[in-house]
Amino acid sequence: MKEKEVPQDEGLTEGRFEDVCYALDDSGNYTIVRSTGWQPKTDAMLQAWDVIHEKVEQVRKRVLSGELSPIAYFMEKNIMDVKLLSDYAGLPKRKVRKHLRPDHFDNLDDKILTCYAETFGISLEMLRNFRETLEDK
Amino acid sequence: MSKNTTIIDFKHKQAAHCENGVISNLLHHYEIKLSEPMVFGIGSGLFFSYMPFLKLNDLPVISFRPWPGKIFNRITKRLGLKIQRLKFNDQTESMDALDRNLQQGIPTGCLVGVYHLSYFPQAYRFHFNAHNIVVVGRENGEYLVSDPIMPDIERLSYHDLQRVRFAKGTVFTPQGRMYFITGISSLNNLKEAIVKGIHQVCKEMLGIPVPLFGVKGIRYLAKQMRNWPKKLGEKKASLYMGHVVRMLEEIGTGGAGFRFIYAAFLQEAARELEQPWLNDMSKEMTEAGDRWREFGVIAGRIFKNRAGQEDSYIAASEVLLDIADREEKIYRRLRQIKLS
Repeated sequence: MKEKEVPQDEGLTEGRFEDVCYALDDSGNYTIVRSTGWQPKTDAMLQAWDVIHEKVEQVRKRVLSGELSPIAYFMEKNIMDVKLLSDYAGLPKRKVRKHLRPDHFDNLDDKILTCYAETFGISLEMLRNFRETLEDK
Repeated sequence: MSKNTTIIDFKHKQAAHCENGVISNLLHHYEIKLSEPMVFGIGSGLFFSYMPFLKLNDLPVISFRPWPGKIFNRITKRLGLKIQRLKFNDQTESMDALDRNLQQGIPTGCLVGVYHLSYFPQAYRFHFNAHNIVVVGRENGEYLVSDPIMPDIERLSYHDLQRVRFAKGTVFTPQGRMYFITGISSLNNLKEAIVKGIHQVCKEMLGIPVPLFGVKGIRYLAKQMRNWPKKLGEKKASLYMGHVVRMLEEIGTGGAGFRFIYAAFLQEAARELEQPWLNDMSKEMTEAGDRWREFGVIAGRIFKNRAGQEDSYIAASEVLLDIADREEKIYRRLRQIKLS
């Protein structure tokens, strides 16, 4: 790839950095060129996020219909599974699985809820009044 | 200056890839001036593996690089550097150890997860746990971080740094791992290190007797790819395609799955070893890299427009087969390299 061919397409870096690329200058020597992005890469990353967003949306509906607890929604939103959530929250997997069910969620005390809220980076209120948060989306 | 303020005079330089970048920056700190491509080449960073029976998030494992940490291991061994590595069970202890290092003026590499890395753009924050940074100081309760992906020094709070150092995960967790240079060498074996680095890449790209690795792995992927639309259905096949492109380009491959960095390394190696034929090898590697980019464009059309479909998978597969042939020739010739 020549210096001038280094793509400068739209990227997903929010302007925080540009990709360092190695490309050939006019005399055929390798040099560092910065790139704002490359369309196929950007599209591939967007595709991966679409899959995640789709899953989150499905779980959001199931939480609102009373099938799952809000823990399931925030777990999905943080791209976690039961194992990862159990590791981050410091709770056994068996318990996390139980807390995904609305009937068990309703009985949780503040101590356990705080574990989850901290893991998800949200307030205790957001977790308690999840309907407001979830219906907004 | 309060006791909690330590700023190491560290020259931060942005790089394409985190592991090479951290090593290159650390070495520069100790007056060993090796570029990112040189670090990549001596550390034999070029690799390919395709393991369709192993799935992560329902996607087959594809990688253009060796296991995290390998490049670092190889370069320290080949250049005769002394390093110390630590791993922790206790989180507070890991932060204390880091503080002690900083107070002694030792820039310290840390392995971290990127999901909670607050300065990273949102779209890059997956649960990926093998990112490398160098901590180079502490000021007003915040840590100064040289992250090779970022253009400037970044800051992390105590809590944030601790959290990324102890990121959780299914495949690999950093467990507070940190590493730093404790003894340096004179670089008089640089030429030998370059040759060793090249030999190992050739061995791994040609010689692993399982068809999942090296050029055989590229061919295996090419052959399976043709059948993806039939076997997996359109949607999943297109996800697989996107996955290949992400592995090829996502964070810090310097373009085309490290092929361009490697071509840059071969150019430097030609000068260092005074073996001009390596310039031709560099050219051929650049061409292989260009073909990888062509592959990316064809793949991109598939997952962007959902058009073309079966024909496009065959076209993409043909490009991969051509790449495998080209690269095989390159490694076969490179394999002959000797110290002149």
